Amino acid sequence: MLSAHQLTCVRGERTLFTGLDLAVGAGEWLHVRGGNGCGKTSLLRLLAGLASPAAGEIRWGEHPVREDLQAYHQAMLFLGHQGAVKEELTALENLQLAAELDGATLDEEEAIAALHRFGLKGREHLPVRFLSAGQKRRVLLARLVTRKAKLWILDEPFTALDTRAVDMLGGLVGEHLAEGGMAVVTSHQAIPLGNGKAIEL
Amino acid sequence: MSQSIVTDRIETGRGVIHWFRFASPYSFYPVAARLEPWFWALAIAFGLAGLWVGFFVAPTDAQQGEGYRIIFVHVPASWLSMFIYLVMAGWAAIGLALNTRLAGMWAQALAPTGALMAFLSLWTGAFWGKPMWGTWWVWDARLTSELILFFLYLGFIALQAAIDDPRRADKAGAIIALVGAINVPIIYFSVKWWNTLHQGSSVSMTKAPSMAMTMFTGMILMALCFWMYSIAIALRRVRAIILEREAHTEWVQQLPEVKA
Amino acid sequence: MAVVRRDLLLAMRRKTEVLTALFFFVIVTSLFPLGIGPETALLRKIAPGVLWVGALLATMLGLQRMFAADHADGTLEQMVLSPSPLALLVSGKNIAHWLVSGLPLVVLAPILGIQFDLSGGELGILMLSLLLGTPVLSLVGAIGAALTLGVRGGGVLLSLLVLPLYVPALIFGAGAVQAYNSGLGAAGHLSLLAALLVIALFFAPWATTAALRIALE
Repeated sequence: MLSAHQLTCVRGERTLFTGLDLAVGAGEWLHVRGGNGCGKTSLLRLLAGLASPAAGEIRWGEHPVREDLQAYHQAMLFLGHQGAVKEELTALENLQLAAELDGATLDEEEAIAALHRFGLKGREHLPVRFLSAGQKRRVLLARLVTRKAKLWILDEPFTALDTRAVDMLGGLVGEHLAEGGMAVVTSHQAIPLGNGKAIEL
Repeated sequence: MSQSIVTDRIETGRGVIHWFRFASPYSFYPVAARLEPWFWALAIAFGLAGLWVGFFVAPTDAQQGEGYRIIFVHVPASWLSMFIYLVMAGWAAIGLALNTRLAGMWAQALAPTGALMAFLSLWTGAFWGKPMWGTWWVWDARLTSELILFFLYLGFIALQAAIDDPRRADKAGAIIALVGAINVPIIYFSVKWWNTLHQGSSVSMTKAPSMAMTMFTGMILMALCFWMYSIAIALRRVRAIILEREAHTEWVQQLPEVKA
Repeated sequence: MAVVRRDLLLAMRRKTEVLTALFFFVIVTSLFPLGIGPETALLRKIAPGVLWVGALLATMLGLQRMFAADHADGTLEQMVLSPSPLALLVSGKNIAHWLVSGLPLVVLAPILGIQFDLSGGELGILMLSLLLGTPVLSLVGAIGAALTLGVRGGGVLLSLLVLPLYVPALIFGAGAVQAYNSGLGAAGHLSLLAALLVIALFFAPWATTAALRIALE
């Protein structure tokens, strides 16, 4: 349901890629590979709607994303390089406020359940500042669970995660795909999930 | 970028709107080179005519003597500084709306000239004021607005200089230019208000002696001179900007002036 | 609104930044009598201007804070990607910023005004002018803050961009107190200031939103 036609990306003076086509259907995921600086993050940002491509079009279902950006953003969740968590707020506050910003209300129980699932039991009420790097990333992952989005666009989601968390995330993506969701992921490591397509930049 | 050259060429081949033919840096570059000398010629012609009228034909002023003749530089410079700001903001807006590169380059090319005009206006204003009222600076509404306009120009130039990515620089500049353009009338009004409420009996530059026809002609001629000069120098600057920003493209690298 | 709550929560937990700007206001306004001399009549005359310029500069100090932190930790990106309209979220940030930076100035100003021997009426007009004017400063400053996100020389560049745009608010704000003083009545100035506020309320968030999208490209 997510497709892109003849995408061209220009960063400053350099053309990163031209004429790129891709399509991701329900239950499928796309692995974007390439060396550093090849435009993996740029591609993801284009797909998320943060930037407009120099040429080409991105479609969500039948319609170009440009036409109804709001609806697209409702159905999509983007997690970038940075944490997107506020250090001074607690993990719970972060989740709830993020949900409100998206126009939904998050039940406290649901939020706590998500945090527990990612091994943050007992740390829900601590300012995120006091968590380790891995734990901070896991707060972000909890957002994957609480925000029901059809398309996940994840930029290097496995950074700073230990093996257990990596497995958890893998399982989570697997569940998401099984429910008919889609994902676009960049990662240096191989991700053992079925139904995957790959793109090399 | 060969891709955009190809699309532009396809467009011209199909004879799409005549205007857009020159909307790419590639097509405009030679046109600018051809136009430039004409504007220099016009500038010199108008300048000579204007200076002759200003210094030889216009009568000596009863109150202000010969010194007032600096008005023939001061007033046209003020006019041009405001006119250029509007044109610059207009091009920047077009660049933002239509997402074209050349419009943004035009705005970038015009800014320094506009700033120069504003600066010239301020200096000549000071030189006019000194013999008249004994001070180098007068907080007259127009001079003060001119000063703020100068700051707006500097802000635009500084913002574009600080942003590395030229596309982002174009768009950010467009926003500040537009915000500035909307504010210029507000600023002028507020400064005028401030001035009338505070100044008691001090002289204002707007209370110029009643204008003889010759003086007015002289000013118009000088204004035309500055205008032609601005266009000429903007054309030259645009070409330099095109060379700089399109340096990675094949057509630029093939140019004789670059290969040398 | 969620944005307002979040920013207020953050400000409460990071009090030092907010308090620094307020202390700056206090110190700067106190510098003027030291530089000019303690003659009361003169101080009363320069007071509205000094207090307004101080408020202006203190607001400038706090402007970068509006978006820089969010930009650095990725929450700004999430705001742009949120299904809620960005203009609405930006307005929320503006409100929160004003509550934290502008409103305290309004409250502090009369206390500082006493240093300049301003009368009760004058202090009242001063407060009113700042009440109307500081939101304008926040709204217009937000445009500059968004434009200079992540740009070299951000703080100084921001001042250069925004201070010329602040001139009308300064003129009408300080002028209101002076007009009241001279018996002309402050109504004219204050209504012009109110008009400025209305214009800023309508147009500034759009410019800020556009600038944010450009900064995130």
